[in-house]
Amino acid sequence: MADLAMAQRRDPLEGRLAAGPGVTVAAAPSCFRMSLRVQPPQVAALSKALGVSLPRKPKTSASEGTRTALWLGPDEWLVIDTGDRDPVADCAAVKALHSAVDISHRNTGIVVSGPAWEAAISAGCPQDLSDDVFPIGAVSRTVYGKVEIVLWRTGAETFRIECWRSFSDYAFTLLADAARDAMG
Amino acid sequence: MADTFRLAGQGRLTPAKTVRFSFDGSGFTGLEGDTLASALLANGVHLVGRSFKYHRPRGFLSAGAEEPNALVGVHRDAARKTPNVRATVQELYDGLTAVSQNRWPSLARDVGAVNDIASPLFSAGFYYKTFMWPKAAWKHLYEPRIRAAAGLGVAPDEPDPDRYASRFAHCDVLVVGGGPAGLASALAAAESGAQVIVCDEQPEFGGSLRYESGAEVDGRDGWNWAQATATRLAAMDNVRLLGRTTAFGYYAQNMVGLAERVTEHMAEPDPDLPRERLWQVRARQVVVATGAIERHLLFPDNDRPGIMLASAGRTFLNHFGVAVGRRVGIYTATDSAYAAALDLAAAGVDVAAIVDLRDSPAGPMVDKARAAGIEVLAGHAVTGTAGRLRVSAMTVAPRDGGPSRSVPVDALLVSSGWTPSLHLFSQSRGKVAFDDATQRFLPGTYAQDCVSAGACNGTVDLTAAIKQGLAAGESAASSAGRKAKAQKIAAKSVESIDGGQLGTAPGAENGKGVKAFVDFQNDVTAKDIRQAVREGMRSIEHVKRFTTNGMATDQGKTSNLHGLAIAADMLDKPIPEVGLTTFRAPYTPVTFGAIVGHARGALFDPTRKTAMHSWAESRGAVFEDVGQWKRAWYFPQAGEDMHAAVNRECVTVRNAAGIFDASTLGKIEVVGPDAARFMELLYTNPWQKLDVGRCRYGVMLREDGFIYDDGVVGRLAEDRFHVTTTTGGAARVMNHMEDYLQTEFPELKVWLTSISEQWAVIAVQGPKSREIIEPLVEGIDLSDAAMPHMSVREGRICGVPTRLFRMSFTGERGFEINVPADYGHAVWEAVFEEGRKNGACAYGTEAMHVLRAEKGYIIVGQETDGTVTPDDAGLAWAVGKKKTDFVGIRGLRRPDLVADGRKQLVGLKTVDPAVVLDEGAQIVEDPEQAVPMTMIGHVTSSYWSQNCGRSIALALVKDGRSRMGKKLFVPMPDGPIEVEVTGTVFIDERGERLNG
Repeated sequence: MADLAMAQRRDPLEGRLAAGPGVTVAAAPSCFRMSLRVQPPQVAALSKALGVSLPRKPKTSASEGTRTALWLGPDEWLVIDTGDRDPVADCAAVKALHSAVDISHRNTGIVVSGPAWEAAISAGCPQDLSDDVFPIGAVSRTVYGKVEIVLWRTGAETFRIECWRSFSDYAFTLLADAARDAMG
Repeated sequence: MADTFRLAGQGRLTPAKTVRFSFDGSGFTGLEGDTLASALLANGVHLVGRSFKYHRPRGFLSAGAEEPNALVGVHRDAARKTPNVRATVQELYDGLTAVSQNRWPSLARDVGAVNDIASPLFSAGFYYKTFMWPKAAWKHLYEPRIRAAAGLGVAPDEPDPDRYASRFAHCDVLVVGGGPAGLASALAAAESGAQVIVCDEQPEFGGSLRYESGAEVDGRDGWNWAQATATRLAAMDNVRLLGRTTAFGYYAQNMVGLAERVTEHMAEPDPDLPRERLWQVRARQVVVATGAIERHLLFPDNDRPGIMLASAGRTFLNHFGVAVGRRVGIYTATDSAYAAALDLAAAGVDVAAIVDLRDSPAGPMVDKARAAGIEVLAGHAVTGTAGRLRVSAMTVAPRDGGPSRSVPVDALLVSSGWTPSLHLFSQSRGKVAFDDATQRFLPGTYAQDCVSAGACNGTVDLTAAIKQGLAAGESAASSAGRKAKAQKIAAKSVESIDGGQLGTAPGAENGKGVKAFVDFQNDVTAKDIRQAVREGMRSIEHVKRFTTNGMATDQGKTSNLHGLAIAADMLDKPIPEVGLTTFRAPYTPVTFGAIVGHARGALFDPTRKTAMHSWAESRGAVFEDVGQWKRAWYFPQAGEDMHAAVNRECVTVRNAAGIFDASTLGKIEVVGPDAARFMELLYTNPWQKLDVGRCRYGVMLREDGFIYDDGVVGRLAEDRFHVTTTTGGAARVMNHMEDYLQTEFPELKVWLTSISEQWAVIAVQGPKSREIIEPLVEGIDLSDAAMPHMSVREGRICGVPTRLFRMSFTGERGFEINVPADYGHAVWEAVFEEGRKNGACAYGTEAMHVLRAEKGYIIVGQETDGTVTPDDAGLAWAVGKKKTDFVGIRGLRRPDLVADGRKQLVGLKTVDPAVVLDEGAQIVEDPEQAVPMTMIGHVTSSYWSQNCGRSIALALVKDGRSRMGKKLFVPMPDGPIEVEVTGTVFIDERGERLNG
């Protein structure tokens, strides 16, 4: 069965890139993603299996190496791994009650960076993203324009937006349009 | 420039910086920093428009945002034509082109002015009384004529080429208004370290300091202090200073809408700049420092061009260096207009007289005027004016009667006092309170976290405004959790805006048939308001609607209080008992562009595309919208129309195979030890005994027993189901499930995850489907024995993971290949290549619809409409008979739902096989009966079926299953169509092709 070569992965944004004065909007590379649901008594077991301590505080994240667990709800995390270890595989042998579902292809990542990030993100996201309220590492499931996103602040001037793949064109196009409004 | 009214040495503009512009085709020169109004006045132009109803000549009333009269069209190019621009707000730029409105053939000779002569016909309530009869005339005569006459200005007729931006922002303190009070409060808040946003509608900060002469703040000229303070604020990291920005609406939880005009003042804006930027600001505290608006006086013919507010005359003089006339009269009921007379006299303009309604005005301003040699006519009134296109004289008489005389003037500045601007405070749901002593409404009870400061809060001089501003800034900052530092600003001023008068002035009393305008923009006179009261209006809300007073785009900024006072006088009630009309957003008009922002064109709404979209596009697919999704509808080949393409696709699927993009189906992964129990509760079917690796068609009901959704569900493991939903139902089914899980069945150990977009779905349907996919699949035995109809296996295809379903929505042997979405495109191409070798084709949603109808498979939302039970739809078999509970089980037992006579799903065959019925058409037993006929059902689906060689249809018909073989009729405009009732399956009734 010679023609069974591995099919090529094709990200919906296919490396799109846009920029405004002081801000760039870029498609994030493909990665592993998992939706993890687990009740508090079993959190420790999952943290151990994943090698990252699942954060318990709302709107926070915890990272270890290439893996980050983003708090989305009292029993819900989005786990992103930009390396080569599938978090779903790491959970497969865990006996503790949980639900691990592969959503690597459900979401698409967009990275917004640069000092004028606010022009792009605050054009569509109504949240207060000031340093005090939304520091580095902060995470929120929120809206951007007309679509739902997960917003994650990865640096002082860098944010990662995760949305469902079919909404990524809308989110990217709006981010790029808004980036033109960067006032510096 | 011979006739210039620009005075050397006056104002703050630079004489060398000239700007060219045109008005109604004539070229003019103005200065950088001018408004269109100041530039026209500098050229001696007062006449700028015709009034809405009577077409009376009108000029400028004000120098600011409250302007009711001077509305013009500003044209940049063919696509950029903005109507109803206030000339007093529009900043001049080189090449600006403005045109007057509501006049024909020209501004000076306007045919519509006949309305003024016929004005007795057009009194208040005229519309409600005049166009009542004959009734038929309304539609064909009155309404079209009224619509043609209604509206002001001409809307642009090309798409708006400009960009608009939007921004959400948060701050500790939002200061609305950049006058003395606003600047002081911004400074106080900013010095505490608070995050501050300050906005002002003007291009420069300073508010009343723009026209106030002789004010001193912190030892500097008032205006200079304002500019220095703005510069200081702008340099602070914690302050955002927004000029040319109007706070137009105050909404819940301290959300304030701001419209920033970014390029309206530029000659050649950078195309990257948005024309406007909408700010949605959420502030912990809001300081409202919106100032006060001067009122005009109500006397006969008070609307001639050249008659304007005293503060406007001062603004044009002190800021723009423009004299509004060569010989200016002053008519006032307060001290504040004296300052206008003094400023004009100091600039060398002849002041004809100060006509003061008060019997014995006194105080420093009055003394100064007398000392300056200006004639002060105390206890006098202006009882009329002359001049066709511009005021030429005022008639002056003692207020209590006596001989009158005509005083020639070419401008008349008026003031009846000042109205605190309560618009935003009122929009915040704050309650206003009437202050008897000063006869003003002031902020009373606050409803949100805001504080008022300055003239909008009742201060009458600069010192008090700044003091209140500082206090407001400090208190706002500390309420927002910052430590306020006490600030000191020393202010010196001799002016006051205290006092005034409300209602009509002498000459316009009750009973006089004169036109004393209250609302200039809607042409409402004092007489109209009195008539409204006489005709029985008691509430100011009724008076307002009957007369339209205050209902124009200026929202009665200068007219509301006067109107209220006249009504109160007629009703012999105190003003607060008659009430104040509600202030509504927006404060001044906001463009649709600013509100729409980025959401136009491709960004109007998300367009969702599947992983295989570009493949279908490259193959010439025609797409249809299914919610936000674009779905391939059919794939026409050269020379094919839709009909031919769909016929070919349908035949190919049954003869060989077809490949279909089913990615948009909703998918939910149900995981947990109680997954099967949960499924039992949400679907009518039994699930506990479904083997791992098998699938079942599930039906979901609402509580009322009606079908809500359906779909095939595969059991991947004891504790894991892969649920599919309809495309349109994906989001609501997930919400429905999550709702029940959290509120009704929280004890179940199960979680739901949407995987709709994780998996791309490639349906391969037809007798050749197994041959097509076999070479690509690894690790799954595809034989009928190992993988029978309605089973699911996990393995690999094209080297990537797959959840492979054996299932059919066509009645043919079929598979649905689920692959992680990023692989969808590549796997589709490989499958299509195998398909091609086997004579298969790609098919779209139209063929999918026809193929499923040939088999009688329902589509939720087409065969069902929220009133159809499983039994109605012929799906009683899908309801678990032994089940004791599921959502909708009680609903299904309702008497109506088990009674005879329900509509049931049946097939219909037209007696003439070539006739295709209309979907939605009604069905009757007897086509000869009288209209309205008794309708016993309707057509839900109808297609030409090339496979059947005839048309087919599905229908919901009363007692349908007992009518098999009976003839019914579908009445249509061209006559009734005869149909025969049949079963719902038109092809392969025994279902042998599923394994064929």
